[in-house]
Amino acid sequence: MNDALDVALRLLVVFVVFLTFPLLVGQAEHKVMAHMQGRLGPMYAGGFHGWAQLVADGVKFAQKEDVVPAGADRRVFQLAPAVALLPYLVVILAIPIGPGEGAVGEVVDAGIFFVLAVMGVSVLGSLMAGWASANKFSLLGGLRTAAQLLAYELPMLLTAASVAMAAGTVSLPGIVDAFEWWWLPWQIIGAIVFFVAGLAELQRPPFDMPVADSEIIFGAYTEYTGLRFALFLLAEYAGIVVLSGLTTVLFLGGWHGPWGEDGLGWVWTLLKAAVLAFVVIWLRVTYPRLREDQLQKLAWTLLVPLSLAQIALTGIVKVVIA
Amino acid sequence: MSPAAAAATAARATTTTAAETHGFLSPTGVEIAFLLVGLVTFGAAVVTVTTKQLVHAALWLVVALGGLAVEYLLLTAEFIAWVQVLIYVGSVVVLLLFGLMLTRAPIGRSPDADSGNRWVALAVAVAAAAALVWVVVDAFRTTWIDLDGAAAGSTAVTGASLFQSWVLPFEALSVLLLAALVGAIVLSRRTKAKATATPSPPGPPRPPGPRSDVPRSDKEGAR
Repeated sequence: MNDALDVALRLLVVFVVFLTFPLLVGQAEHKVMAHMQGRLGPMYAGGFHGWAQLVADGVKFAQKEDVVPAGADRRVFQLAPAVALLPYLVVILAIPIGPGEGAVGEVVDAGIFFVLAVMGVSVLGSLMAGWASANKFSLLGGLRTAAQLLAYELPMLLTAASVAMAAGTVSLPGIVDAFEWWWLPWQIIGAIVFFVAGLAELQRPPFDMPVADSEIIFGAYTEYTGLRFALFLLAEYAGIVVLSGLTTVLFLGGWHGPWGEDGLGWVWTLLKAAVLAFVVIWLRVTYPRLREDQLQKLAWTLLVPLSLAQIALTGIVKVVIA
Repeated sequence: MSPAAAAATAARATTTTAAETHGFLSPTGVEIAFLLVGLVTFGAAVVTVTTKQLVHAALWLVVALGGLAVEYLLLTAEFIAWVQVLIYVGSVVVLLLFGLMLTRAPIGRSPDADSGNRWVALAVAVAAAAALVWVVVDAFRTTWIDLDGAAAGSTAVTGASLFQSWVLPFEALSVLLLAALVGAIVLSRRTKAKATATPSPPGPPRPPGPRSDVPRSDKEGAR
């Protein structure tokens, strides 16, 4: 009975995190963008600092009519937002925020593979949406999504493999347990490649070719309205949470910090992840969008060789210190 | 000793062989789940090859491959299960969908989806399935996985057996994949060289580039 209660409690906590953290990132995006670009719009709703802007957005999405185009493949069209969103819920289950069994939803033996595999599934949602919309712009968006995923999955996997080699385990809590401060300079190339490839997999600017609203009108999501569109947006924010959490756990040492590791380790994890989420938003307002061919070139001629070099470096250092 | 028999002996080291304690008439929960997931996987696979909607076939393939991953999980092979999802669902199906969308992916039925070779394909598939089922049944006839003991398919166990007992097949497979990779590059480069070698229509000389066979007017229209 106690076990069942334990499992239920963990699932509940993970679900609450899944519901609140992406919204926090969304709210942060509103505010950070408003400050960085001098946008006045998001600063009015609700009075002080426009705190109610996100609530207003939610109300707006909920009020909109849920339209399915006449020529669309109805079932696939309606299923796509769920396929895009749910994998992130499953991934959050496996990300540890503190030491010990109490601070992770479920310890997965092959954690890295589990996380990257399930993250890859969510891209199927965009592909389904792009195809089922019966819209040429959406199909173009779906095509770009697929091409982008294929290009960036490889460097992401290779850099994750580099960390797994360094730690000697593929379990996420195991990797953070094995972390030492000098891993930071050792794995810095891998960390940057992983973060950039993750941004591209999430289709965040400057890698937002698949949704480029000024060219292909939001790509795969052109035909979506109301709550289904909001679910796609939520999937993007959940993706930011997952990417920041994963980069923290794999490369930045998770709950390790200069002090307070024992009781307040989870604060370090959350702090590092929050800084990374801020960087994601910062990059959006700073850099223009890459062209499709530049995007592919970046992946195949820069990120893949860099991640291979990181693996070689990891192997050499590992052998030397062993 | 055949490889299958060797695998069986290796498996027996970590699993119990006491078939007497396991009857077919009183299945455990895991066995029932295994059967049910197997039925779903089989059904999805049948729909994949019989549906007339191309993209639906690819999506049903996702269900079939995912079902297979769940079967691996139930057999305690956690590592293989996640790799199955990562490679097949995450990459192969995405590649498949990419190819479909790039060439043709009509919404609704494709009347020409059936190939004339389908009976030959069915015969090959049945033969391959029969051979695989026979080998597996012959190798693991009365082997049961001990679910209460240490996981027989965890990452550590899989890695140890892969790089201790099966290093040579692993390396042979790597060389095979490398050969396929090199072959793919050679093939794609040759067709590209042919395309640029064909005489171009008269006009002002164009700068060489990856897309120099595209007429200039098209390029400008695309921008």
